[in-house]
Amino acid sequence: MTLIPLGIPRRLLEFTIDGEPVRAPEGSTILDACRSVGKDVPTLCQGDTLTPKNACRVCVVEVEGARTLVPACSRKAEAGMQVQTDTERARHSRKIVLELLASSVDLSTTPEVAGWLKEYEAKPDRFGPDAARLNEEPKIDNDLYVRDYDKCILCYKCVDACGDQWQNTFAISVVGRGFDARIAVEHDAPLTDSACVYCGNCIEVCPTGALSFKSEFDMRAAGTWDEPAQTETTTVCAYCGVGCNLTLHVQDNEIVKVTSPHDNPVTHGNLCIKGRFGYQHVQNRD
Amino acid sequence: MDLHFGDSKPTDEERAAIDALLGPPESSWEGADRSDADLRWARGGREARERRDLLLPGLHAVNDRIGWISEGALDYLCRRLTVPPAEAYGVATFYAMFSMKPRPATVLHVCTDLACAAAGASELCAGVEARLGLGSGVAVERSPCLGLCERAPAALAIKAGDPVRTAVSAPATVERAVLAASSPDSAPEEPSAALAVPQAAEAGREELVLLSRVGVVDPASLDDYRAHGGYTALRQAFAIGPAGVIREVTDAGLVGRGGAAFPTGRKWQATASQPDHPHYLVCNADESEPGTFKDRVVMEGDPYSLVEAMTIAGYAVGAHKGYLYLRGEYPRALERMEHAIGQARARGLLGDDVLGQGYAFDIEIRRGAGAYICGEETALFNSIEGYRGEPRSKPPFPVEKGLFGKPTAENNVETLVNVLPILTMGAQAYAAIGTGKSTGPKLFCVSGSVDRPGIYELPFGATLGELLDLAGVRKRLRAVLLGGAAGGFVRPDELDIPLTFEGTREAGTTLGSGVVLAFDDTVPLPRLLLRIAEFFRDESCGQCVPCRVGTVRQEEALHRIVGRTGADAAPDIALLREVGRAMKDASICGLGQTAWNAVESAIDRLGAYE
Ligand SMILES: Cc1cc2nc3c(=O)[nH]c(=O)nc-3n(C[C@H](O)[C@H](O)[C@H](O)COP(=O)(O)O)c2cc1C
Ligand code: SF4
Ligand code: SF4
Ligand code: SF4
Ligand code: FES
Ligand code: FES
Repeated sequence: MTLIPLGIPRRLLEFTIDGEPVRAPEGSTILDACRSVGKDVPTLCQGDTLTPKNACRVCVVEVEGARTLVPACSRKAEAGMQVQTDTERARHSRKIVLELLASSVDLSTTPEVAGWLKEYEAKPDRFGPDAARLNEEPKIDNDLYVRDYDKCILCYKCVDACGDQWQNTFAISVVGRGFDARIAVEHDAPLTDSACVYCGNCIEVCPTGALSFKSEFDMRAAGTWDEPAQTETTTVCAYCGVGCNLTLHVQDNEIVKVTSPHDNPVTHGNLCIKGRFGYQHVQNRD
Repeated sequence: MDLHFGDSKPTDEERAAIDALLGPPESSWEGADRSDADLRWARGGREARERRDLLLPGLHAVNDRIGWISEGALDYLCRRLTVPPAEAYGVATFYAMFSMKPRPATVLHVCTDLACAAAGASELCAGVEARLGLGSGVAVERSPCLGLCERAPAALAIKAGDPVRTAVSAPATVERAVLAASSPDSAPEEPSAALAVPQAAEAGREELVLLSRVGVVDPASLDDYRAHGGYTALRQAFAIGPAGVIREVTDAGLVGRGGAAFPTGRKWQATASQPDHPHYLVCNADESEPGTFKDRVVMEGDPYSLVEAMTIAGYAVGAHKGYLYLRGEYPRALERMEHAIGQARARGLLGDDVLGQGYAFDIEIRRGAGAYICGEETALFNSIEGYRGEPRSKPPFPVEKGLFGKPTAENNVETLVNVLPILTMGAQAYAAIGTGKSTGPKLFCVSGSVDRPGIYELPFGATLGELLDLAGVRKRLRAVLLGGAAGGFVRPDELDIPLTFEGTREAGTTLGSGVVLAFDDTVPLPRLLLRIAEFFRDESCGQCVPCRVGTVRQEEALHRIVGRTGADAAPDIALLREVGRAMKDASICGLGQTAWNAVESAIDRLGAYE
């Protein structure tokens, strides 16, 4: 994600999306190409700062000649490819994926899902009242952030952000397998006994709110979380010389959480514990 | 990377188990007592990171010796290998054979899968559990197929210790299974692998190509193997060179026997021509598909043939290292293959200079640890590398980026063993066996309601009926499962289906890995389907949503309709179809894509709920 392109310009590939000819630079994904021509494909596990794990399968599209559907978020575009983004077949898989997810986890804090459920006429209830659910209790074991894995769709983003893609701390991973797979730290210990350094980069990338600031979690529980009433101000972190950008989310004159702009070429949305959580001193007025 | 280790310590025995594998630690950085030298010297960086692939062997070492893996043991192993504990925990909890909680030293795995269920596994389980209650020092675990279907019902006892002890009981009675668990050392020896080859006892055995040596050679004797034609194929390979070998294999029309039916010559050519190096050869001996046991019989009965075939394949694709990924539940195959590889190495048939031809090749065995998904080719790479056995997305394909990110040819045991007759008899003579599109001989794993279950070798093109006649199919046949749990059911009036890739495809079914499971009408079909659904739910890696949740929803629906038919079952069948279609279309790998096939075929072809 360099701001100034270096080296020779990339070759343009020509292919079609829904019958329309498109050109995209070599190396683009089908999703990149779709977005560049204004086509919307739903995504959940894809993230703008990470290599997608293509695990959710909500972005599947039909590619001429492929036996199965193809994840738009990670399949690279190829010259001559014929992509169909909105066929009955692709819509069917998206609908089922949404139903499977919504019937097993709590998607109430996942942005856009409510709209997709409607758009694809998904009926998560049809698996019956006894359909297995994650049924996880929120893990509240520190003052900075809460892990509410009842909302986790196992998108692997937090694992990648904590691991080799950004933080290199490797404090969390997927454990167990199949429906019993969960995100956890070593030995399923509390976060405080783990390798976590509280950079909060996992919260930054979590698409479902399974990971959230303790402040947000508490306010939601109290019914006082009011996103439309919040203002966002991007500023520079004052702690050290790196100069990361912070976006302060302020409600009723209180900082309620801190994020970081993903398009910043230096930090890509990542911060350290001080920038992410060390804002209390700003609002201590007495 | 600044790794954080907890303060849990290994016991002396745990430490010894790990040090036996890795050697003693060199410094306090990897778990030794602190010495003066540690103040000025740190092992780390590249050198330390390269050992990640020893994670799975390390977990085995602890689990074998202690019976389970404690926090202290896992942390010590992580320190030794510079692996983050959270990741190692994620890997350890992936495999069914490892326990992260204390358990008795002996675990008795009792198979409850298709063939065993039909042969009375539930009574066996109940009987064994009644005898081995709390305090017996034995944990009884219900297991998916143990690959002993020809001797169903089956049980496998594993007793932790130094060395670990195992005993197989099949066909198992309550008494024999209990004996195997309580004193594995004095359990009776397993019958010879030849007993799994009913044709070996019959007149027609000259016709056998792949199984010709099973029951004839002493599996422990390299000389005996050579006396029966062993290593002539490798000499021929050296005579014609790598390109010549690939040409022969291509001309012979060899197609992979692991289930996906990919042309072997093309795979080898694609691997051999990659500019990136090193190249690897991987032999897939994971064989965890319910109803499959052919690879086990080959490895137990004719282990040197696989060593020779792997050497030839490695030579053809330009690899100097071959990995044999062997199913964790196959103690005898492991022992025979270890022995054969050791002998071959000692005699210059593996090593720096194979047969004095200046070609270096060696084979390393990696044991699986109870995960069907690790048979999927890319999941297998992850497993060897010390990661969770989750399939990777393709492309890139293994021939380009496989094991350790390098060009890799991965083949099934049976596929590789076919290369020997191709080289000894020549591509043309080989291709004359079978049909035009499915050439050569094929191994079939026949079990269930037949009088002579076992491995049968037939030229491609024989019909299902002919095969079942050979095996002595019993009266009142209700259904045949072709291709295993990922395959499909066919009706008793469809026995003229030719056993070829094209013939089964035309009949709307699949040959898969060559499983033929016969069920007579005493087998309750809905229960069987439920067992298949349960298998896939248990074995899903959990990576992608259609498979992780879809397999659960399907199992739930099958539970609901176990005793129902017609209109009562219709809404759930509609739901099964909708979910099944998305699983087929949108899952990452073959497991999710095929998980619904067998049940779908039972509904469509057998009218299971009508
Ligand atoms: C879930 C799953 C399990 C598999 N298990 C095995 C196995 O146990 N043994 C095997 O040879 N191939 C297995 N395969 C097929 C392999 O992925 C691969 O196609 C095969 O090893 C290639 O070898 P071949 O070309 O010689 O057939 C499995 C595939 C899937 C999707
Ligand atoms: S916690 Fe969030 S980021 Fe992590 S896997 Fe679950 S949904 Fe994804
Ligand atoms: S977020 Fe951390 S690294 Fe970035 S400027 Fe602030 S203190 Fe420095
Ligand atoms: S299809 Fe199933 S086994 Fe394969 S990657 Fe997806 S979850 Fe894992
Ligand atoms: S967004 Fe593409 S698979 Fe999840
Ligand atoms: S060993 Fe029991 S079904 Fe195969």
